[in-house]
This record gives sequence, C-alpha cells and structure tokens, in this order.
Amino acid sequence: MTSSPRIAVLDYGIGNLRSAQKALEHLGAQAELTADHQQIAAADAVVLPGVGAFGRCVEALAQAELTEVAHQAAIEASQGGRPFIGICVGMQMLFSTSSESPNQQGLAVFPGQVGPLADDVKHPQMQWNQLEFSAHPMFAGLSKNDWVYFVHGYAGPITEHTVATCDYGGPVCAAVAQKNLWATQFHPEKSGTAGLTVLNNFLDETAGQ
Amino acid sequence: MKSIRVIPCLDVHQGRVVKGVNFVNLRDAGDPVELAARYDQEGADELIFLDITASSDERNTMVEVVRRTAEEVFIPFTVGGGIRSVEDARQILRAGADKVSINTAAVDSPALISELAQEFGSQCVVVSVDARRSSEMPSGFEVFIHGGRTATGRDAVAWVEEVVQRGAGEIMQTSMDRDGTRDGFDLEMLQALGANCPVPLIASGGVGSLEHLVDGAKLGGVDAVLAASIFHFGEHTIAEAKQTMAQAGLVVRPIV
Repeated sequence: MTSSPRIAVLDYGIGNLRSAQKALEHLGAQAELTADHQQIAAADAVVLPGVGAFGRCVEALAQAELTEVAHQAAIEASQGGRPFIGICVGMQMLFSTSSESPNQQGLAVFPGQVGPLADDVKHPQMQWNQLEFSAHPMFAGLSKNDWVYFVHGYAGPITEHTVATCDYGGPVCAAVAQKNLWATQFHPEKSGTAGLTVLNNFLDETAGQ
Repeated sequence: MKSIRVIPCLDVHQGRVVKGVNFVNLRDAGDPVELAARYDQEGADELIFLDITASSDERNTMVEVVRRTAEEVFIPFTVGGGIRSVEDARQILRAGADKVSINTAAVDSPALISELAQEFGSQCVVVSVDARRSSEMPSGFEVFIHGGRTATGRDAVAWVEEVVQRGAGEIMQTSMDRDGTRDGFDLEMLQALGANCPVPLIASGGVGSLEHLVDGAKLGGVDAVLAASIFHFGEHTIAEAKQTMAQAGLVVRPIV
C-alpha cells in the first residue's frame, strides 16, 4: 500500500482554484492550496492552475512570490524529476510569451508564443470538445475522441511537445508534455469522468516516481 | 468544432432548490448539491445556480452550497443572484464556482462588468440579459431588471454590445415574455441578440419540449440552451435532450 501523494496546488489568488484541489482529493490525493515555499518543496507533485488573462496570471504569480518556485518545479519535471501539471493559463504560462499580454514574460519552459484562436470562431472557446491525442500516459484509459471542457481565447503553438489537439477553427494545442511536465489547455478538473481520468493518470505518474 | 451545451438551471432559495423537482431515488430532492450531482451523471454540460433569495444575509448559505458542490461535481458551474461587487464574486469563485452571472447589478453599475473581467478574466463573467418585446426600442427588445418587473429603457441589442465591450465573456439571454410559458424560446430575440454577439450566447426562457432546444440551437443560432422545468419535473432527462438534438444534426457531447 502506498500512502496518498501530497500535491501542492499553487495558490496565487486567481479565480477558482478549489475545483482542482477537490478533484485531486476526490481521487485520493492529499491536495493543498498553498503558496508556502516549504510546503511546495515537500510535495510529491505540483499543480499550476490558471484562469483569466495571461498577463494577470503572470502578475499574480509574481505577487504571490511563486514565479521562481513554479519555474524551477516545471524545469525539474521536464528533466524527469518531480511531476508537474499546468492547467489552462497554467499551461500557457509555461511558454515564453503570449500575444494576449505582450509585455509580460511567461516561464519559458517551452519555447514559443501563445496566440489567439482562429478569427472565424467565437472567443473564448467555451465548450466541450473532442481530443485527438497521441499515445501518452496522460491519456491512459481515455477512449479515442473523448470530450473535455475548454475555456480559452488563446492557445499555445503546436510543436513537437504537443500530445493532444482539438479542432476549433483548425487544430488547437490542447495538451503538451515533456517527461514529467504535463500541461492541458482544457480543464481536467471540470471535464467529468474523462478529466478525472487524466488527473488520476497524473497521480499514477507521481506514485511511480 | 462547435458543440451545443445543455445547461439545467437550478433556482435556489435559502439553500434549497425550488420550482419543484421530481427525480426518483433522490434522498432529498430539494438539495441543490444532490441535484447537481445527478445532472452531472446524466450528462449535463454545465450547471447554473440562481440564488433567488439573494439578500446579503443569505449569501453564506449560497457559498456553502457552492463549496459542497465543488467537492462532488466536476463539471463547470455558474452562480448568479445577488452578486453586486468584486468581493461577492471572489467569495463565490474561491468556493469553487467557475463563473458568476450578474444582471440587475450590471445595469445599475456597468463598470462592475469591467471590474470583474479585469480581476477574474472575461471567462468568469456572464451577463444575464432579461428582455421583453417593445416597439419603442430600435431592435424591438428592451432590457428588464428585478426579475422582469422593471423596464430600463435600454435597447437589448445595444446593451449586449456594450456589456461585451466592457468585458462580459458570455451572455445569458432570457425572454421574459416567454419565461414560464413553455411556448419555446423567442427565436427572433435570439437571432437579434446573437447577430452581433462575438461571445457565447446561452438561450433561456420558455422551453416546454425537447424540440424547443433544437429550435434554439438551429434557428436561434446560440451556443448553449438552458432549461429548468422540463428537467426538474422529470419529463425529460438530459440524455433525451441530447439524443433529440443529435438526431436533428446538432453536435452535442454524447452521454457515456
């Protein structure tokens, strides 16, 4: 028997952070909303949620003195260390910049700029959409073209790190991963059973460390 | 691809669902959390709680409902009713809601829309627009507040444009002429408001059959359809609604 993993959900005062915490608790993890550096350091995995504008989230993360903590944790995960998952704007902030907030810098763990969705569709994409994903532990147990919930007006570039896309006026980057660094544009904590499966896969990845 | 969301609306009074609910096998049909969980299992794409008490001393009751819902329900939900400030909204969002909906407060103080959008992002801000037909308005539709009792003299189409400019991320449109009639959505109103609405539009007010949901999505051109009584009274399940919509050629998230 393994003890339940301790997950630090980075709390920097934006929107609804509680759902991610509760979804992880629902799956048996000990999840804490925290900005405490020691508590974050002691956790088995880190979650970076995010809603709203890119620039506002970057600022709020800095105000909470979590920018460097998040950056280090994401880099470590991308090199195969402690798992980290970014959600929505928490994923976008892993890129270098966003055209939504050109004066703000992201964490630049992934290269490239977050850009707007296609012109001929409504902004934000606020709906359930189907995923097209490649073989990745993030999607273990999901069936092809499962549906997940998106709320966003911007998206990361599609690169070698992209592991899932959805179609919204063309292919849109829906998830990226590099080793133990995972990130989703959709909200796994708001995507019913499919989303809980993704989060459970993240906990499995954490338990396997 | 665009899919149409199906959203049941729960009117909550002093922490209980009102308007009557007729699900079988619910321990307590009046408990909003239990009903929310049930709708989630049935395949609802989102939920809306409207706090119809909405006095400040009842606020904590609603926050508690939100807290409990967030522990059990893992689909998006919006809370409306009585939110008049950034702090009111923060309390609801911190408790686990994804969006707040404002109506009278937006008309009384349009700056609140941009304050909320700036603080939490547009995707958190739903502006609810209650309207009636009026020959005195350029568009033919006038905004009402206080649950449809008070005329504002504002043109509904112009108001939608203004609230989007101020940062609303979604519009929930209710025809007060149709609300409670079960005659179907006011399709002309949906088309008028939707024509220049760059953000998602939820249709509400008047649904009496599953065909009305299809009409709203197909003829009204909306992004989401909201209904209360056809689901609450057990006449139809969410699954039936989605089946009917899919058969009519609409894209909906299928029920697993």
